[in-house]
Amino acid sequence: MNRIICCNNRIFATKAGSNVYRLRIPWRPLSNDAAPLLSSQNAGNPEKESEAKQYDIAIVGGGMVGLALACSLASRPLTRHLNVAIIDSNPALGRKHFIKKEDLPDPRVSTITPATISFFKDIGAWQFVEQHRHAYFDKMQVWDYTGLSYAKYNARDADKEVLGCVVENKVLLSSLLSRVQETDLPKKIYPSRLNSMSILPNSSSSEVDSTLSMTALFTHGRLAKLELEDGNSLYAKLVVGADGGKSRVRELAGFRTTGWNYSQNAIICTVEHDVENHCAWQRFLPSGPLALLPIGDKFSNIVWTMSPKESSEFKSITEDNFLKAVNRALDYGYGPHPTPSILGSSDLFSWLKGGISKSANDCFEIPPKVIKLASERMAFPLSLRHANDYASKRVALIGDAAHTVHPLAGQGVNLGFGDASTLSSVISEGIAVGADIGEVSLLKKYEADRKPANVMMMAVLDGFQKAYSVDFGPLNILRAAAFHGAHHISPLKKSIISYASGETRLPLFA
Amino acid sequence: MASSMFLAQRRWFLSLPRNLSNARFFSALPSEHPVSVSGPQNNVGPESNKFEKASSAPSSLKEPELAKWDSEGPFKPLHKMNPTRLAFLRSTLCRHFRKDPLSARPFEGLRFIDVGCGGGILSEPLARMGATVTGIDAIEKNIKIARLHANLDPTTSTIEYCCTTAEKLVEEQRKFDAVIALEVIEHVADAAEFCKSLSALTAHEGATVVSTINRSMRSYATAIVAAEYLLQWLPKGTHQWSSFLTPEELTMILKRAGVDVKEMAGFVYNPLTGRWSLSDDISVNFIAYGTKEK
Repeated sequence: MNRIICCNNRIFATKAGSNVYRLRIPWRPLSNDAAPLLSSQNAGNPEKESEAKQYDIAIVGGGMVGLALACSLASRPLTRHLNVAIIDSNPALGRKHFIKKEDLPDPRVSTITPATISFFKDIGAWQFVEQHRHAYFDKMQVWDYTGLSYAKYNARDADKEVLGCVVENKVLLSSLLSRVQETDLPKKIYPSRLNSMSILPNSSSSEVDSTLSMTALFTHGRLAKLELEDGNSLYAKLVVGADGGKSRVRELAGFRTTGWNYSQNAIICTVEHDVENHCAWQRFLPSGPLALLPIGDKFSNIVWTMSPKESSEFKSITEDNFLKAVNRALDYGYGPHPTPSILGSSDLFSWLKGGISKSANDCFEIPPKVIKLASERMAFPLSLRHANDYASKRVALIGDAAHTVHPLAGQGVNLGFGDASTLSSVISEGIAVGADIGEVSLLKKYEADRKPANVMMMAVLDGFQKAYSVDFGPLNILRAAAFHGAHHISPLKKSIISYASGETRLPLFA
Repeated sequence: MASSMFLAQRRWFLSLPRNLSNARFFSALPSEHPVSVSGPQNNVGPESNKFEKASSAPSSLKEPELAKWDSEGPFKPLHKMNPTRLAFLRSTLCRHFRKDPLSARPFEGLRFIDVGCGGGILSEPLARMGATVTGIDAIEKNIKIARLHANLDPTTSTIEYCCTTAEKLVEEQRKFDAVIALEVIEHVADAAEFCKSLSALTAHEGATVVSTINRSMRSYATAIVAAEYLLQWLPKGTHQWSSFLTPEELTMILKRAGVDVKEMAGFVYNPLTGRWSLSDDISVNFIAYGTKEK
């Protein structure tokens, strides 16, 4: 099985076209071991074969990023007529409203940057998000266990109203689904999973009037063929892999990835306070950062990164003990509170251009106490993974399928939404010049736009993760100095806020 | 050898750049440039020249016919320029025919002709934009390749490909709403006659679009020296610098043929990004859009 995938790695990982002719490896359908079972099923149902439909785009994975791509295509004049198939076995996609107002907040949340908020407004999905629970925040405080320094960010430092918005993933999903159902984009949701995918190299037919059947088009490399677990088949000009970190499309198409596992797990849960929380708090502890994000209605979301051993421990202790541990970690645990006098006051930086930021004089605050646990605690391992290419013939990867990052800056899904936005604009440009949307040269434009930005963000996040995983005196002071600088040097703070908000593509180069 | 080249250079410096006749340097392949306009041996497309070279060069490609359509192969520069040419065509022709530029198929119901279509690299996208396209080329092999490739997509299989010349079609009294001849006129012997044929093929209130390479210092440096000798994007001898037309000359011969040039743009290549873009710089590659009033 591995050998087949390796052979096909070479076929699909190299540039489409000429190289394929050099390899005399006969193509083989890329499938898993269930394929023989499938073909016997199909042999018994010949009608199913002829029912195979043709789509312009098949989006494998109807999660937040996949649906965002569908909404974005529906909102552009040149792509709103494209025939789209969405393949996802999540039963929620078939239901109309799966969120009840009385539900407690789900622990799976995402921090949406202002750039993503404006993307959602462009595609018309933000109005649905506003109908459910969501929490804007305009303040952020970041400090660490050494107590040497802290940094407070305020949206007004960068002349903005908000730093971001925290929304539950199920709210985002249902908003995007409602929006896509509302548009007149020709779409069909296949409630199944992708089993196998085949794409053949380009070739010409030897006869002049060849039939234009889908099988003929597929044989000559003009369509990709997808086979689903429920026996359905479909053809598509372009297959978009939006199926998450363990992407099947990425595996079947033979994209190689680079990455490593962080030896850290993240525990997530929802907690309640007795006061409203409008600030995002993040404290870097020796084994990982602890983040407290407001969700709305006095609830907050906790993302606590720690070693796997500690995470299984914290998952199994009683609720009370867990809450005590959280409060301790946010307050006096692990180290002292930062006091302003240790590294000098803001006068030190007043000679720098740009003056002092408005929040530089804000004092260190202790986060609100956590009084109740409002959901179960979930833990999942963290890793960094990046596909070496995002596009090959008739296949493009977006979202976590292309890149997974550390959650420490809440950027992951925002990168995915950026991918969806760029891919839909590239497809629109392709249609404007009458191109075949599965052409590699067109899809590579998407890759050339997103890869550098994503890689840069991943490098920054990875850098933070590594910088904070070492407890070493001089390094601690260096980190504290960095905090101090970020807190007091106004242009730097503005730059950081701008980059984290998704407005600039490169840090520090405004 | 070196001394004769040196003498040739001196002669070039003495004659004016606008001299149409003499400066034929590096004319390595005299057999490739026949003088007659009509006739089956006429090279009406740069694609045809390249094709001959591609098939004779030792190629690792299994199916040399598809070399024209391989976007990473020997025709890479043409494939890279294609979207830029199409962007210009889309914007000017949508405005000319008063069609909605935000429609996916704005040219629905219009008859276009692609003169010197080669493998159909321009005809297919135009068909996808809704036009009823006829593609002509004087080389039979090109037409065959174009037909085979276009047959594989229902939207492009309706393209009519003919192995013929513009003059023959004029005799058949065919008319088209838009006559498009990109990168062709620099290969024909009599540009004025060619333009008259293009104009005759254009219907009343139709559009004519011609693109070619300017005859300037810069185009010599880029299109001949850089493209043919240094980067080897094109086979040596593909273009004769002396037969390039300046924008003024092209405008004049089109005017004499009854076509009023309304817009002109240049194509500029950015070596850092590897992309072509439209610009006001017409000193190397340029495209002209004109209308036929009567």
